[in-house]
Amino acid sequence: MLLINIAGLALIALIVWWFWLYKPKEAELGESDLVITVENGTYSPSRIKVPTGEPVEIKFIRKDQSPCSETLLIPELQISDTLPLNKLKTIQLPALAAGEYAFHCQMQMYRGLIMVK
Amino acid sequence: MSSVNTESGKPGCHKDTDNNTQHHNHENGSGPHDHVDSAAHQELIIEGAGCASCVGKIESALKAVPGVENAEMNFAQRTVSVIGNAAASDLLKAVEKAGYNAKLAAAENEDDALAEKEKADQVYYKRLMKETWIALSLGGPLMAYALITGEVNVNTTTERIAWLVVGILTFGVLYFSGKHFFVGAWKSFLNHSANMDTLIALGTGTAWLYSMVVVFFPDAVPDQARHVYFEATAIIIGLIDLGLALELKARGRTSEAIKRLIGLQAKTARVIRDDKELDIAIELVLLNDVVRVRPGEKIPVDGEVVEGHTAIDESMLTGEPMPVEKATGDTVAAGTINKSGSILFKATRVGKDTALAQIINMVKRAQNSKPPIGRLADVISAYFVPVVMIIAVASALTWLNFGPEPAVAFAIVSATTVLIIACPCALGLATPMSVMVGVGKAAEAGVLIRNGEALQTASKISAMILDKTGTITLGAPKVTDVLVAGEHDEQAVLRLAATLESGSEHPLAMAIVESAQERGIEMGKVSNFNAIAGHGVQADVDGKTLLFGNEKLMRERTIELGDFVEKAQALAAEAKTPMYFAVDNKLAAIIAVADPIKEDSIAAIKRLQHNGIRVVMLTGDNRATAKAVAEKAGIKEFFAEVLPEEKSKKVQELQMEGEVVGMTGDGINDAPALAIANVGFAIGTGTDVAIESADITLMRGSLHGLADAIAVSKATLRNIKQNLFGAFIYNVAGVPFAAGVLYPFLGLLLNPVIAGAAMAFSSLTVVTNANRLRLFKAQEH
Repeated sequence: MLLINIAGLALIALIVWWFWLYKPKEAELGESDLVITVENGTYSPSRIKVPTGEPVEIKFIRKDQSPCSETLLIPELQISDTLPLNKLKTIQLPALAAGEYAFHCQMQMYRGLIMVK
Repeated sequence: MSSVNTESGKPGCHKDTDNNTQHHNHENGSGPHDHVDSAAHQELIIEGAGCASCVGKIESALKAVPGVENAEMNFAQRTVSVIGNAAASDLLKAVEKAGYNAKLAAAENEDDALAEKEKADQVYYKRLMKETWIALSLGGPLMAYALITGEVNVNTTTERIAWLVVGILTFGVLYFSGKHFFVGAWKSFLNHSANMDTLIALGTGTAWLYSMVVVFFPDAVPDQARHVYFEATAIIIGLIDLGLALELKARGRTSEAIKRLIGLQAKTARVIRDDKELDIAIELVLLNDVVRVRPGEKIPVDGEVVEGHTAIDESMLTGEPMPVEKATGDTVAAGTINKSGSILFKATRVGKDTALAQIINMVKRAQNSKPPIGRLADVISAYFVPVVMIIAVASALTWLNFGPEPAVAFAIVSATTVLIIACPCALGLATPMSVMVGVGKAAEAGVLIRNGEALQTASKISAMILDKTGTITLGAPKVTDVLVAGEHDEQAVLRLAATLESGSEHPLAMAIVESAQERGIEMGKVSNFNAIAGHGVQADVDGKTLLFGNEKLMRERTIELGDFVEKAQALAAEAKTPMYFAVDNKLAAIIAVADPIKEDSIAAIKRLQHNGIRVVMLTGDNRATAKAVAEKAGIKEFFAEVLPEEKSKKVQELQMEGEVVGMTGDGINDAPALAIANVGFAIGTGTDVAIESADITLMRGSLHGLADAIAVSKATLRNIKQNLFGAFIYNVAGVPFAAGVLYPFLGLLLNPVIAGAAMAFSSLTVVTNANRLRLFKAQEH
């Protein structure tokens, strides 16, 4: 019983660490064309590094049929757009000040972060 | 200049503009979003360019075309972006001459995109329904068996074999009907995120795995806990697929308004180029093209009539039911319908710049924006899934430690049920679905709401400031009375006065000239014209000296006024502006001019007051006129003689009194006051909408739009609150119930199947409730 309890608590600790504390590596918006794939409930890559102070373009392709994934929102930038199925969609970002800008679907199940550095 | 068929809709596209300003605007939530082009920009798609060396060839061929300022090719995408004022046909020819094929990159055709989306949705719906049937056709009979016989225990070898077969079949269901949950859960797990898929996959996966353990190693679990949950697994998967399918259908209905707007766009236009009439796709219409529209046809792009006259039905854009007469020089808007005559017009705004395209863009953006009321739900849903997972584990541990026998079975059931019942979707959908329908509904009534914040604030407005001129009144003064003195003849007096005023740009003067023209009076010749600042004008016409102006001017010239002073005061009391007209130093007439109150202003103001809103009028006019207009319009409070720059101060004054202030103006000279008000309403004149300037734009001139806007936003907010309340209560009550908090007191534990059904239908309920808003009707008149 003690073992089960320890395992359970460890599981809870793991959930906290894996979903909240761990920060996955970010992809850099560089020379090569970076495309964010929207599939299976996620944005991949979901953490994008962009340079500060210059307008950039981010490309998305949605392969997920779920209606939630259709809308892309970047609330802080007042951007909301529709991602067509299986078609490349370019989102223009204005020059941004350093900081983090979240992007997500309408229901916030798909979540990503633009890191301006 | 504007771009034709260039890029697809791009919110936040801010090239060619000052980025700092843009950013600042964004932070205020009021930034202009539509891009600004400095020169015409066309994009070509090149075919047959196989090597990088083609780039230079194509670019220089294009640069050689007269009018082209620059041409830049993106080799990776095989596109060239051409800047300059050259005809598209010349560009295509140049590329062909260089040895390649080219076509114009069409703007993302909204209509096609919509059709494509509907097709994709249909396919997805069918797939979900198929998956539902597969899952339910196994789960249904299994559950019936379990309910009827109560035999879902694994004790004998025969039972073990039978349940093993069922277990394999259930695995088939998980694979065929539930694969997407598991793949989604795994992918998001790898991505350190969790969503609805995670919960469903964990819930059903746990139930299935536990059942298989029971089948294979019955000795590992206590006697009483040798229970299988295959029926629950299959049914939960089936019900959730069904819920998703029904939600997809219901969602389709929430975007009806935008579909209707997109449907207004014509597909082709008949343009006249080189004296030939060509039917071309509207994406290819260029600025200054001359377009022909016959009766019954849609206007394809915005423009200015150059020939012919007609009546145009603009109701689809403005909500104004009466067709509007159009003649040479008048503007026409894309999406409206030509009723009677054939016209030629010059294209002034094409592609994304037409009023219709901007309206569509704005409505879309607003539909996706969130009012502040939804923020808490957003914060919660961001942490929701991992929290539910933790609750599931904690609940299982609690049952194992403190629960009655069979503790293992209780632990498994409670953990599964917690995972299954928790529905982040309902929470996430609560706000956006209602906003989608509400904003669309408003657009149908000719009310454009900029964003969710404006929507929410509009529902709380307690005081409404109305600008007088152009808002309550028509904004175009008209001659109302001509009172002649002695032997003078009205026609003759009006002719002299109109002749005298024909050179003046003053609105009052223009009213007099117009009135004479309406009566078919020919004008004479003016000489020695002299404007007397602040008083009036003087000139010679037909050898007579004419004097036209206020009482003070007459008194200075010692002109006898007699009882006309009282008559003038009586006119002033009726909100008219009386002016004295003297011929050869003798009073000839009083001409009164007034800006009439719009027909339905009084009813609309009554509607606002009836809804408990304090209506205040604001005007630069003198007190007497202001008082008269206010009385006539049924307004008790007014500010008169307010200078334009003082308008925003008046808004602040009301705000200091604790009011949530709406300010309504024409959007041009009222801009500062509109900006400072809690909600700024710009009143449009027809389709020429001042989209940029206000939180809410009324495309119809009528003040009923204000009451409509407030009514729609109140209804939407009420709907959001119902949704949020439902979703919160559902999760707050459902999760602990599933965990078994009621068990110690009432002996109640939730069945996982019921949890699955509840979860599947909770988000459907939210979407359906939002769809109720579609039935909303503003109570006009």
